[in-house]
Amino acid sequence: MSRPNGSRASADRLARLLNLVPYLLARPGIEIAEAAGDLGVTERQLREDLELLWVCGLPGYGPGDLIDMAFDGDRVTITYDAGIDRPLRLTQDEALALVVALRLLAETPGVDNRDAVEGALAKIEDAAGDLAGAPVAVRLPGDGDRVHRLRAAVQSGRALRITYYTAARDETTERTVDPLRVLMVGGRAYLEAWCRRAEGMRMFRADRIDECLELDEPATVPPHVRPQDVSAGVFRPAPDLPLITLRVGRGARWITEYYPCEQVRPDGDQWLVSLRVTDLAWARRLVLGLGPGVTVVSPAELAEEVRAQVALALDAYSRPGAAAAAAPAAGQ
Amino acid sequence: MRARYRLRAVRHGQGPSPYSGAPVAGAAWVPASAGTTASVLRVSRSRTERLVNLVICLLSTRRFLTAAQIAATVPGYEHDADDPRDHEAFQRKFERDKAELRELGVPLETGTASAFDTEPGYRIAHREYALPDIRLEPDETAAVGIAARLWQHAGLAAAASSGLAKLRAGGIDVDSRATLALEPVVTVDPAFAPLTTAARERREVRFDYRVPAEDVATSRRLQPWGVACWRGRWYVVGHDLDRDATRCFRLSRVTGAVRCVGPAGAYAPPADLDLISHVARWSGEREPAARAVVLAVPGRAAGLRRWALHSEPGRHGDRLVLPYSDAEALAGQLVGYGADVQVLEPPEVRDAVIQRLKEIAVRHDELAATGGRL
Repeated sequence: MSRPNGSRASADRLARLLNLVPYLLARPGIEIAEAAGDLGVTERQLREDLELLWVCGLPGYGPGDLIDMAFDGDRVTITYDAGIDRPLRLTQDEALALVVALRLLAETPGVDNRDAVEGALAKIEDAAGDLAGAPVAVRLPGDGDRVHRLRAAVQSGRALRITYYTAARDETTERTVDPLRVLMVGGRAYLEAWCRRAEGMRMFRADRIDECLELDEPATVPPHVRPQDVSAGVFRPAPDLPLITLRVGRGARWITEYYPCEQVRPDGDQWLVSLRVTDLAWARRLVLGLGPGVTVVSPAELAEEVRAQVALALDAYSRPGAAAAAAPAAGQ
Repeated sequence: MRARYRLRAVRHGQGPSPYSGAPVAGAAWVPASAGTTASVLRVSRSRTERLVNLVICLLSTRRFLTAAQIAATVPGYEHDADDPRDHEAFQRKFERDKAELRELGVPLETGTASAFDTEPGYRIAHREYALPDIRLEPDETAAVGIAARLWQHAGLAAAASSGLAKLRAGGIDVDSRATLALEPVVTVDPAFAPLTTAARERREVRFDYRVPAEDVATSRRLQPWGVACWRGRWYVVGHDLDRDATRCFRLSRVTGAVRCVGPAGAYAPPADLDLISHVARWSGEREPAARAVVLAVPGRAAGLRRWALHSEPGRHGDRLVLPYSDAEALAGQLVGYGADVQVLEPPEVRDAVIQRLKEIAVRHDELAATGGRL
């Protein structure tokens, strides 16, 4: 952080050099190019590292004390290790990163080689000793069977017929999709697939896939499509979607933690929250569901829909025994 | 560059490069000129080289070596101990080097060689230094490779890959291309690492915490017991010193830095600690034991139909039986469907829905009257 870059680079290089001797010791006669690829450095960098090690060794620093290596063409073998025959122990951060990642993997629904994950976890924890006692617990929700089936479907390379609930439109539809991969993001499983109906890549939440049938035909994802980068979340609203602005009371401020918001401005006790929505009918359901603590600032069209819908609903309740079915399809 | 090539010559007299005829690209072979001594050349050796030699030296000794002994042994520490300025420069250099080794995780031991020594000495126990032998089966190795790629967070991703580099150096061949056909993507909040470390060391922490319903962050004092991931979100569980009670905090709501205060080992978490159940209880999830009956317009309210326990078409619409635990929460959900859904029973849900609808109507009518401002 406050360290100069040069010092960081030197620490990285020292870590690499201390790894390099045991790495080569375990692989006598390895090709330099292969080792460089494995270690994530250029061949030139690796040769420079070897050169540096070659002048390091035990006190005395005579020919018999220095690290020694034999070269055979492009292959290298350590012939004397000067005592650095093992890599350094895992640091606290390294143990944490590996152990927690393995715990997450072990908890991920639909991972079928769970025994291997747990075996690896036990061995890494054992090697990390006290450091592995990371006080971290993981519980991922999800229907393991469903994720497992989706994974198998992706691996089968066949198209799928799915029944999918689209929350944005509150409708359940059937569609044929060409699966690309199954992901777990933020504790939720998704199927990323080419949707033939929408003619585009879509992320389908596994818990909203109500039926899934493997078809006989092969999955054909158009060659130009790329998997979505999900590092910033699955739903990234496009700038051309309708923007709504809500006046949000204290009790409903939590929505800013749940939905990606374009802008949040405090206005006295309340917040003015702007977000993009895929569908105004969804926004209407959102506003109604949030209750009296939230009012629509814009667009006027949405405020009008909310008012009209509330009037219809209240009207239905005011007529005892009146059929909900008698209400016209609201908001359309 | 030049100095290093000369060193090579020092090492093997006028011998050839170890690559015999395959010098490093772009570098010229510079033989050591006559009369140059190793000690002069050693001064110009790089810092990294000095540190590697320091590690090797301290690993090879069973006795604690004092700074003066190290200076007399390890190349790169040569100085005139009688010259105060030179000596001070050496001490600063040695302190920096020790700090760098400790930061890398090198277990530098301090002690004295005998009861008569007053000056501290240093050594590294191989047993403490070395990664123990890890024997992984091929599928276990693949799992480690996948796990190391899980992190999207830069800090943990770097830690995972340097951990993986050590496993490789330990002789494990990790295939970095292995996949699961299932890609977990994990993100953590910045407070994750400091809180996890504090929990492991049992150190009290302070942090600012802001819940959306509050206008300002409040400062909290916590004895953290552990961190838990629940439904894709991270929480810290511990003893809240201000409330004198067990509390959960969502890491995404921690603002600013987490500060450790006081010594390690300051408290002990409960012996039967179950982090997940604390978080689950805190999040207030309850078994939906109650039932509500609603009428839904045919073909609409698809979201409700998916979790209805029972659905039956009728003259006035489809009757859906819905499980719930909190009447107000259910009312909020049902109001979302507007006139497409009408609650038949129980009265507590029906009344809550009507009350909400009335309040929303009043608020939006006011809004229309004032042109957007309330």
